Amino acid sequence: MGKFTNTGNKDTRSGFGAGLYELGNQNENVVALCADLTGSLKMDAFAKEHPDRFFQAGIAEANMIGVGAGLALNGKIPFVGSFAAFVTGRVYDQIRQSVAYSETNVKIAASHAGITLGEDGATHQILEDLGLMKMLPNMVVINPCDYNQTKAATIAAGNYQGPVYLRFGRPGVPNFTPEDQEFVIGKAVNLIEGKDVTIFATGHLVWEAIQAAELLEQEGISAEVINIHTIKPLDVEAVLNSVAKTKAVVCAEEHFIAGGMGESIASVLAANAPAPVEFVAINDKFGQSGTPAALMKAYGLDAEHIVEAAKKAISRK
Amino acid sequence: MPTTQELNNIASQVRRDIIRMVTAAQSGHPGGSLSSTDILTALFFSELNHSPQNWSRDGKGNDMFFLSAGHISPVFYSVLARSGYFPVKELATFREFGSRLQGHPSVEAGLPGVYAASGSLGQGLSVAIGAALAKKIEKDPNYVYVLMGDGESEEGQVWEAAAFGAHNKANNLIAITDWNQQQIDGTTEEVFGLGDLEKKWKAFGWNVVVADGHNMDEILAAFKQAKELGAKEEKPVMILMKTNMGKGVDFMEGTCAWHGKAPKPQDAEKALAQLQETLGDY
Repeated sequence: MGKFTNTGNKDTRSGFGAGLYELGNQNENVVALCADLTGSLKMDAFAKEHPDRFFQAGIAEANMIGVGAGLALNGKIPFVGSFAAFVTGRVYDQIRQSVAYSETNVKIAASHAGITLGEDGATHQILEDLGLMKMLPNMVVINPCDYNQTKAATIAAGNYQGPVYLRFGRPGVPNFTPEDQEFVIGKAVNLIEGKDVTIFATGHLVWEAIQAAELLEQEGISAEVINIHTIKPLDVEAVLNSVAKTKAVVCAEEHFIAGGMGESIASVLAANAPAPVEFVAINDKFGQSGTPAALMKAYGLDAEHIVEAAKKAISRK
Repeated sequence: MPTTQELNNIASQVRRDIIRMVTAAQSGHPGGSLSSTDILTALFFSELNHSPQNWSRDGKGNDMFFLSAGHISPVFYSVLARSGYFPVKELATFREFGSRLQGHPSVEAGLPGVYAASGSLGQGLSVAIGAALAKKIEKDPNYVYVLMGDGESEEGQVWEAAAFGAHNKANNLIAITDWNQQQIDGTTEEVFGLGDLEKKWKAFGWNVVVADGHNMDEILAAFKQAKELGAKEEKPVMILMKTNMGKGVDFMEGTCAWHGKAPKPQDAEKALAQLQETLGDY
């Protein structure tokens, strides 16, 4: 315990921007499109370095998805970027037909995901995007936890052949995973070993899960923390191995319970090794304006709520 | 290059294929397939620089054709088979379980000639523009073609793509609208009021060519003119092909009734009596 150090808060979208820039320099087939949010998605470094490989898509997301699919056909590796709300729900049919069903090598870069988008409010705070994307055959769904991991995930997504949904966020959050990490799509990362309860977390909730494990340790409870950075394909082996040991589960994510990572995990457990599961996620209600921190607290997406959920899961064994 | 008469002969066989496929499946879309037959025959048997026997999905070194109006798959499958992409006898499997000839074109089914799935309308123009821009990056001098229905241009995405294609100077793209003025619920004017398509496309920054979509010489001249316009000005080109829904079968012409309805065997017999068997039925 205590082995995770925040090297300074950084936004995960900047990790994406840095990864895209590096990838663009490594591989001339990488192209990028953005729907009038180039600065917000930190795609400007790529756009400046490779103007011939960057396309301003304007406020026309449906077309952007289709153009990405067409570019992919000829061997390009397009990253299409906007806020998560506008590159999922708004363009679901385009992704379904022209990307997932057509098996085009398009990477959907979704920033400002979840409630931590903050002050803009519910129209922009999508909490169902993981569910929408994981329901599509052929789609890989990735939700990294910090700056370093988002950068590594972006590079891994570019090197993977096939459609990828890459989700990241707006606010600065603790940066604690290794700078030189290897990102393996579909491979969960066991951050803390424990024996009483497993906390599966994704995205911004991974840091909260680590804090929760430290609080639980002070109360004599040994919590395992696993970072599910890839929602699909889910690392089923990691889930079952951990729960075989702890027999109690908390799933923590910045998403609706419906369609989220927790739903995927609960479904694997129900079919293979039933265990009590508690969900730290948002239950069937829209977000609202506020600072990211205020919203995380108000919607129960923090270490304290994970601690309570862990105790409840253990009590249900 | 085939003569005009040869192209018309091929078109007659393609129309027979359409009627026979849709009748055998007792489902599918004959109306728009018949209105687009002459356009696609001219395209696949005269205009396209393509490699039917060695088709690959990256389209490198070839022209690429996208069918955006996926429901007119019967005409698409017929011209693909008849030009050598896959065995003609496979047309007999149209819409059957396990067939590569899905109700709407599918990549997953693995049919040669299908670059992207279509069926949900309004998406093909965007995909085609993406492919055209990739060809520009690659300095591949070949063209990208896309066929849309006229009713399809009621989709908002078409106009997003129109603006984007002009802004990005996609002059290696030739889009075609099958302007048959019919859709499922009635005429395009009754249903949605498409208005002056020529002015609309011009206003979006495109070059526009208008042609008779049932006259082979005019169709080929329109393709030639589109390429000349693209070489002269850095604009994409839209060819508005004036057509009749159901063309070639008298009781199907000029009505929306046969948009998505399969003929009964006795109707099919009447239809086939009007269409000469020129290349041999599959």
